[in-house]
Amino acid sequence: MNRIEIEQVAFERDDVNLFEDVSATWHQGEIVQLAGKNGCGKTTLMRCIAGIHQPSAGKISWNGHNVSSFDFRSTLLYLGHQVGIKLLMTPMENLLWYFGINGTKSSEESSIPLSRETLLAALTKVGLAAFADVPCFQLSAGQVRRAALARLYCSYAEVWLLDEPFTAIDIAGVEALKGVMEAHAGTGGVIIFTSHQLWDSEAIRVLDLEAYRPKAQDIAL
Amino acid sequence: MPWLALVGIVLFLVGAIWGLGFAPADSKQGNSYRIIFLHVPASFLAMAGYYVMAICGAVGLIWRMKISFMMMKSAAPIGAVLTFISLVTGSIWGKPTWGTWWEWDARITFMLILFFLYLGVWALQTSYQDRDAADKTSAILALVGTVNIPIIYKSVDWWYSLHQPATLKLTGPSSIDASMAYPLIVMIVAFYVLYTWMLLDRTRIEILERERKSRWVQAIFGQ
Amino acid sequence: MSAIPGPHRALTASFKRELLVAARARSEFFNPLIFFLSITMFVPLGIAPDAQTLAPIAPGMIWIIALLSVLLSLDRVFQSDFEDGSLEQMVLSGQSLYWIVIAKSLAHWVLTGLPLALLSPILGVMMALPGEGYVALVVSLLFGTGSLCFIGAIGSALTVALRRGGLLLSLIIIPLYVPVLILGSSSVQTAVLGEPYLGQVALLAAIWLLSLMIAPFAAAGSIKISLGT
Repeated sequence: MNRIEIEQVAFERDDVNLFEDVSATWHQGEIVQLAGKNGCGKTTLMRCIAGIHQPSAGKISWNGHNVSSFDFRSTLLYLGHQVGIKLLMTPMENLLWYFGINGTKSSEESSIPLSRETLLAALTKVGLAAFADVPCFQLSAGQVRRAALARLYCSYAEVWLLDEPFTAIDIAGVEALKGVMEAHAGTGGVIIFTSHQLWDSEAIRVLDLEAYRPKAQDIAL
Repeated sequence: MPWLALVGIVLFLVGAIWGLGFAPADSKQGNSYRIIFLHVPASFLAMAGYYVMAICGAVGLIWRMKISFMMMKSAAPIGAVLTFISLVTGSIWGKPTWGTWWEWDARITFMLILFFLYLGVWALQTSYQDRDAADKTSAILALVGTVNIPIIYKSVDWWYSLHQPATLKLTGPSSIDASMAYPLIVMIVAFYVLYTWMLLDRTRIEILERERKSRWVQAIFGQ
Repeated sequence: MSAIPGPHRALTASFKRELLVAARARSEFFNPLIFFLSITMFVPLGIAPDAQTLAPIAPGMIWIIALLSVLLSLDRVFQSDFEDGSLEQMVLSGQSLYWIVIAKSLAHWVLTGLPLALLSPILGVMMALPGEGYVALVVSLLFGTGSLCFIGAIGSALTVALRRGGLLLSLIIIPLYVPVLILGSSSVQTAVLGEPYLGQVALLAAIWLLSLMIAPFAAAGSIKISLGT
């Protein structure tokens, strides 16, 4: 069973721990929300799980493999604060590039290049069908984020790490996004996302980072 | 490590007094050659120092040893200063020997490039706020520099042989008389000892600086 | 375990994207070339316009100006990808960053080094370069600028997380450019004298191969560190 394990992870910034002693195990089919105030380390923990940052203590693993290993990256979809959309290119060109290096990350077929039709269908689902061939600098901030979210409709990556996925998305878009996330969890994916919005649902597990603030004032070596 | 400093200073004084006061004057260059007692050891250490820096960087990158990065950070300014001393003393030596303050000789040019390599590592190290990134990026730069040093050295040497004007060839260190060589060796050893002391001392300061919030450092300073 | 596209597919996808972006932002493509041509004007203005003065310094001057043009274009190689989050997508794609850096450096060369080499005969004419030097000029610039792009990628990757890394980038890269400059300009000088210059060109090609093999590793390592800041 696919799982992400976080074992006593701490992250140190400027000699002070941002959070410490974070432990959790998440299995396939689960949607996890990282919650907490601004500056409590949600994005940092997310980037640690993605293997971009190294935690200063503890370890994070995917089915026992290090998260900076190929085993994890070949099944990962990560959406950061900066979503990785080139403004000079159109949403279609951006998707072609994205899947050109990532593939669908499907475990069944070896990654076949995605057709324009498949990508256009994904862009239609995020409401960008009419803007598929318009350079992204002409789109609004919300539309640019939607262009990045279109990746979710084509990817078979098992793990989705979504950093503030609801930012700049309108109400209908948020509902659609929640639907996709639930569907992905339903087919055995793991989703970890950050948000300060509440998502009232039984299915969501919440990790509140407020609980992992450093206890002692002075930090011993 | 005060004893290391003491040994270094004693050796330095012995070498300096011996070399400057008692070694015989050179038959061709007179007394002006005596600057080699500073120039040669400084050049030696400037070269060796780059490798010390690069090896520290490599150890830090491979085994993730923080102390190694701290040593590397300390080695950069010391090396830059030594290279600078080597360039200045070489230039002072050049005035009576060649009649100019500056000559685009292969060795001088190479030293100048080495100086810029040091400055690059040092500048990169100081421009990152994030200490970890500063350590690792400058370590990579130092390693890239190490790969390049032989290529740069060869190319400068070859370039000089193309353009070499008919200037007088320097007497190589092997041909100097024993009465000059002994004080020179003393000076080289003195520079090595002083270099080690400076490196360790700067590293010590760096450790205290980085760990200033930890209990053991605060205990030392009784806060 | 899942499969991801092979390195050749990642390489072509990245390469195409670079060219596409350059086609959309034409000024970024033309600026180094205009710089290359316009700075040449300084040489006769600053030294002397007659052929006797210009001809002997032409090989070195053209080479120095070409080197500066590449240097000036370096800071954008990874910068915009870092800012818009594409760089972390490349790292997290599971692809070896080595191939992506090669794709980006090759695209950078196609967009700066290659046109510079092809334009260099015009500069040769303006600088009174003797007829024997032209082939050597173009060939040495083709290989030489290739190395400059690969070596420069290291500097670009090392300074990508710094807001104002441009000048620092030049500072750390200039010493590493010394061998290429020496070999490049001397190959043209040798050709002008009517002597065989193949040796220098062969060495330039060797440096190009060496930088192709080593520089992307160093750049890839630096990118991973820069993302961690």
